[in-house]
Amino acid sequence: MEVLLVSLLNGLVYGMLLFMLASGLTLIFSMMGVLNFAHGSIYMLGAYFAYESTHWIDFWSALLIAPLLCGAIGAAIEVWGLRRVHHNGHIAELLFTFGLVFIIGRSVQMAWGMLPMPYRVPAGLDFPLFTLYGLQFPAYRGFMLLVSAGMLGGIWLLLKRTRVGMIIQAALTHPGMTAALGHNVPLVFTIVFAGGCFLAGLAGVIGGNYQSTEPGMADAMGPIVFVVVVFGGLGSLVGCFIASIIMGMVVTFSVVIDASIADLLRPIGIMPRNDDLLGEILTVPVARIGALLPLLMMVLILFFRPRGLLGTRDT
Amino acid sequence: MRKRSAIVCFTLLAAAILLPWLFYDFAHHRPAGFVISMLSQMGMMIILALSYNMLLGQAGLFSLCHATFFGFGGYATIHFLNAAGAGDLPVPMELMPLLAGLSGLGLAIVFGAMATKQRATAFAMITLGIGELVATAALMFHHFFGGEGGVNTDRMIDRSLFGLSYASGTQVYYLIVGWTFIATLLMWLQTMTPLGRMANACRDNFERAQFMGYDPRIVRFLQFCLAGFFAGIGGGLYAITYEIVTFDAVAAPLSANALLMAYIGGNMVFAGPILGAVLITLLQSGVSLMSNSWLIYVGVLFIAMVTFAPAGLTGIIVAHGPIWRAGRISQLILPYLRLLVPGIAAVTGFVGMVELLSFLTIGAAAGKQLVLFGSPIDVNSASPWVVAIVLLVVGSVWLRFEARYFARVWESVGGDAEVQA
Repeated sequence: MEVLLVSLLNGLVYGMLLFMLASGLTLIFSMMGVLNFAHGSIYMLGAYFAYESTHWIDFWSALLIAPLLCGAIGAAIEVWGLRRVHHNGHIAELLFTFGLVFIIGRSVQMAWGMLPMPYRVPAGLDFPLFTLYGLQFPAYRGFMLLVSAGMLGGIWLLLKRTRVGMIIQAALTHPGMTAALGHNVPLVFTIVFAGGCFLAGLAGVIGGNYQSTEPGMADAMGPIVFVVVVFGGLGSLVGCFIASIIMGMVVTFSVVIDASIADLLRPIGIMPRNDDLLGEILTVPVARIGALLPLLMMVLILFFRPRGLLGTRDT
Repeated sequence: MRKRSAIVCFTLLAAAILLPWLFYDFAHHRPAGFVISMLSQMGMMIILALSYNMLLGQAGLFSLCHATFFGFGGYATIHFLNAAGAGDLPVPMELMPLLAGLSGLGLAIVFGAMATKQRATAFAMITLGIGELVATAALMFHHFFGGEGGVNTDRMIDRSLFGLSYASGTQVYYLIVGWTFIATLLMWLQTMTPLGRMANACRDNFERAQFMGYDPRIVRFLQFCLAGFFAGIGGGLYAITYEIVTFDAVAAPLSANALLMAYIGGNMVFAGPILGAVLITLLQSGVSLMSNSWLIYVGVLFIAMVTFAPAGLTGIIVAHGPIWRAGRISQLILPYLRLLVPGIAAVTGFVGMVELLSFLTIGAAAGKQLVLFGSPIDVNSASPWVVAIVLLVVGSVWLRFEARYFARVWESVGGDAEVQA
């Protein structure tokens, strides 16, 4: 029971972190048809910026400044990079962001070195929030939940209840018509791209000290965020949210499950032995293949529902 | 046109056959090991890049899991070689790459059935997931993939069509030359088959292709499977050469490498990826020995190509064709020379900045001395930084200025040349 509750909470924290990254990615995609491969890199930059700024200012200011910097970088990428290659088609845009991954990844190594940075949880949040069956739940995780829930509400309000949100939604589906009505659609694109990067930066600030701030964090986070977006369905914010939570739960729960497929087969009389590839797949405990499960789930959902969970359109 | 391609093709083949002897150490009767291993690497990378271009260039599919089929072919070959060594598999060495290709094909059929339901961006994401899936599985399962240590074999299986033992790197190199030639030829012929043409059509306008009665999904699927087959051949050669296949052969960096080679070489010309593979392999074995910032240079080169020369290096060469035929190429010499000076300044400044910065964080910790352009440099003094920044800034501003002049001349020459042609 205690394992269940603690894993549930941790899965929620991780899932919300995933959603912060995936929401920006899916917004950018549904609007511009561009998949930002550098999204994980921006997340990494957010963490490094936050670490760097805690030398001069406190964590709370860094919480605002680092995402703003990431947003500015995003705007620069859109204006000076993507817009230039736009006329060469979507593949060129994809390739452009793909090249950015190398440059940002290497630049981070150049600026901060290869070793993990001592980016710590702020002292004001470094206490156990409550104790559950003898296990302490850190206040910082509660804070992460708060920030991501706030972000979720913020996005929803912005998109559904404001004029800007309405224009963004209109530009999402009918860019030509929106432009004809006198709105500056390229500016909307820049805002959305910068906004997505802002969210990735924010996720970096609060994720950098939850996980670890090191040059490999972009490669560690990037693929799973893509998996979330594909699983949820390209272009669907709700699907993206559901997928984030599911993936967060799957990754967290798989760590504590020590069973394997063989345990399910044993009652019906099949006894697989670990002496070939099939036997190994059947007998490997779930805890050891935790990293594989989200990818497997993605492949499975593509097999049964090529558009993903709530995907609305093909590409 | 076709005759000229054939001449180029056979010149390249002759060069590939003769090159090891150019570097042969006659004084000690020893083959040049480094050259042979680099040329072998080039052969595999040519197959990888060409097969990747069957997707990117020909079908407009941006795949991120190409190394999956390359690596899987490699893993399978290790197991085939082990079986052959134990006497369970009566296949001669020369046909092993074919088995590897069939393994790649098998896997491509499975994953292609899922990935090719989509195109463009969604396809790219799905292949990314597939690549990660196989790479992660390769680390976790020991019976087939050997976990982190990989699987290894002994290539001397004592069964050959030509009675060769494949004990030396030179013999393996000629096996690679042979298979690279066969694979290249097949892939070139494939571009002229109806399937190859339909792949082009679906790339350019899949809706029109659909109206004509073709199913773009089937075209994508077949193209994907064939690309997987050829990548598998490359992987087989990899396994035979190194006698060990690890996680690196299926991991994302190799997929990215395939993309870089095909794109930088030029994905709209068949020979483009060959040029890209040769160039990137040369750079990799040259630059990566000198500098640990190799990836940032590749990244910048790649982004510059995407932005300014989307047709790649061969695209740039092809664009000069009409001007050459019009006999006006001499008018471009001066603009090129004028580009060269600020270009060299900007590149030198950029390399200087990158090396100084990366030395400060990574190299200095190792207690080494920075040597740049042949002379030792003190990173703590101000002068190298000032020189690098001045070179970079002045060079780029001047380059912009010259680029405009170049564009004017290019338009006047190119525009006229097109009319004459």
